[in-house]
Amino acid sequence: MTEAKIPLWRNQRVIRYTIQVVVILLLIAVVIVLGNNLVNNFQQKNIRLGFDFLSRKASFDIGDKVIDFRRSDPYIKAILVGLLNSLRVMVVGIVLATFIGITVGIGRLSDNWLVRQITTVYVEIFRNTPLLLQLFFWYSAVFLNLPRVDNPMVLLGSVYLSNRGINIPWPGGTTSTWFALGFICLSVILAIIIWRKQIETIEQQGSSARILQVVLLGIAIAATCALVWGLDWRQPQLDREASNILGGLSFSPELATLLIGLSVYTAAYIAEVVRTGIQSVSKGQWEAARALGLKSSLVMQLVIFPQALQVMIPPLTSEYLNLAKNSSLAIAIGYSDIYSVSNTIFNNTGRSVEMLLIVIVIYLIINLIISLLMNWLNARVQLEER
Amino acid sequence: MYDKVWLIRKWSSGLLAILMLIFVSACGGQQSETTSTTGSTDTTKSQDTTKTSRLNTVKKRGKLICGVSGKLPGFSFVNEKGEYLGLDVELCRAVAAALFDDPNQVEYRNLDAAQRFTAVQTGEVDLLSRNTTWTISRDTSVGMEFAPTIFYDGQGMMVPSDSGIENLEQLQGKTICVKSGTTTEQNLADQMSKRKIDYNPVVFGDDDTLYNSYVQGRCEAITADRTQLVGRRAILPEPDKHSLLEIVMSKEPLGPLVANGDSAWFDAVKWITYALIQAEEFGIDSSNLETFIDSSDPNIQRFLGTEGSLGETMGLPNDFAARIVKHVGNYGEIYERNIAVPFDLERGLNQLWTEGGLLYSPPFR
Repeated sequence: MTEAKIPLWRNQRVIRYTIQVVVILLLIAVVIVLGNNLVNNFQQKNIRLGFDFLSRKASFDIGDKVIDFRRSDPYIKAILVGLLNSLRVMVVGIVLATFIGITVGIGRLSDNWLVRQITTVYVEIFRNTPLLLQLFFWYSAVFLNLPRVDNPMVLLGSVYLSNRGINIPWPGGTTSTWFALGFICLSVILAIIIWRKQIETIEQQGSSARILQVVLLGIAIAATCALVWGLDWRQPQLDREASNILGGLSFSPELATLLIGLSVYTAAYIAEVVRTGIQSVSKGQWEAARALGLKSSLVMQLVIFPQALQVMIPPLTSEYLNLAKNSSLAIAIGYSDIYSVSNTIFNNTGRSVEMLLIVIVIYLIINLIISLLMNWLNARVQLEER
Repeated sequence: MYDKVWLIRKWSSGLLAILMLIFVSACGGQQSETTSTTGSTDTTKSQDTTKTSRLNTVKKRGKLICGVSGKLPGFSFVNEKGEYLGLDVELCRAVAAALFDDPNQVEYRNLDAAQRFTAVQTGEVDLLSRNTTWTISRDTSVGMEFAPTIFYDGQGMMVPSDSGIENLEQLQGKTICVKSGTTTEQNLADQMSKRKIDYNPVVFGDDDTLYNSYVQGRCEAITADRTQLVGRRAILPEPDKHSLLEIVMSKEPLGPLVANGDSAWFDAVKWITYALIQAEEFGIDSSNLETFIDSSDPNIQRFLGTEGSLGETMGLPNDFAARIVKHVGNYGEIYERNIAVPFDLERGLNQLWTEGGLLYSPPFR
């Protein structure tokens, strides 16, 4: 009954709902006005919007590609080729950046003076210069200045570096390869199970679980053997007559630049995330763990890192998203990623709005997937510890 | 604590609403403005074509905004003194001379191949004079309007002289550098697929990166319009170590262009371009212009605006052709200055029709 006495304009609930409804209406109005403006302007210039052009012949070629592509294939396939090129950079880039980032981040907290200084300089240099500049540097000052292709630099007898790119040994696709690959996967799974068991033993019984360590070592040796001899590695070969390097896995200078440039840049940020994550764990945790008689490495592994991970994952997600988006700088150095390919398409067809929409939606989907995966990881980490 | 958060939320949503209200009203205002002006054009079009044409906008502004490449010697390039030079630039100057009697009333915008059409569509530039190839799809579906061709070019291929490559077949399995968003990229694909040659394209968006990568040996060959290759070769570190293959891979008619749907402005640009060609045909150049002013030939009198009203009916000054010749010169002079002397290139197809070339202006009558 008291509700009836409150006038509408002072009723908290009414006010709250009204504001929200107004905001939504305004939002819709903005979208309508902008959309209307676009359509009007296009009508004035006699340009029609539509996606039917996607099935037309592309009539251009793409250099770097994962799947086969010819000029007679439709535009939509060109977009797919670009997308796969982008995904290749994003996935490998994220793995590389994480690896470098964690190493450098831990290095910044090292007891060793030199390691600490080197990692600090690394972080400050790569964090404080523009990424585009770094990419140009890697491209023209590093990768294009490698020796000419007819006289490549050979590292360890199998990694070929030349101004045509990097060639590394790669498993051939024989049955022996797949057999060995299966074996390695199995041993990794087995090793993870045993490793967890070992940690459990350490935590609950306080013993060092030596037997399990020996088993782990055995598995590692077996897996390494399979890796070295079983995978049927194909070495790159220099074909002097065609002045080309054949066999193995080859990275074009553009792909190599983008991978190295993006991961080195992002790793500088990840290093800071790792450092702050570790430092956020209170000193008491270190002291308590040490007081229990744990070794330094075990303190990190069992006590500090799991807690740091909770703090690290949300900012890490942002870094991964940034890396994915920054991969669109590929166009500057001539790598055919999705943005570069769509740029060519919208130049050939004049369909700029449609192509931009497609690219925006694709980046959005990729980044939402990354976010979802990282959120899932985050939830898991939190659950395990609480 | 909870109250505080709630308060912030409440205020932020209020702020958001106000921001959007401002935005909508601003957009809405603009919207109604544009529709009202377009509405008025429709009704008044029959009486006064130039009312809302870009021709009037440019005249009112007192300055022409011209989209150029800015990175291509011979066509548009910035010299050591910071001045724009080249064939494409001279066309912008001719338009400014015709409109303002001052060829320097031009503001240049450097545009990438990828941005150029959008810049014209959105009206960021009045005129695009950026060695752009006239093709049917650009003329129709991209929504451009091409003024007469001022340079007939063809696509070529440049290789290091010591590579021993003499024809396209020898590029089997090789890497070729090419600019993205150009007809060149498609012509290359067409030619190579016609000849069944496998090659590996590396596509760059920026001219400087493109030529730099070629010089650093990223590619065995580089393809572009022939004059472009000759022009860029002149500024490579060792120009004589690179040579062009004999083959001409395509037709590349290059000319200025404007946005579709503004015939007054299009006509002005079109006839200013023709005036350059017609002046050469009449034999009028910047040095002998004075002697023609009193010419008894009615054709020349009409052309120079001493008789009739050819310019005025277009919305241009009546003596626009005389102004162009006075400040910029005729086509022959422009070619001589920008292409022939620096690069030692024959006129070839870019000769007047009377000399066996393709340049031909419809009559000024």
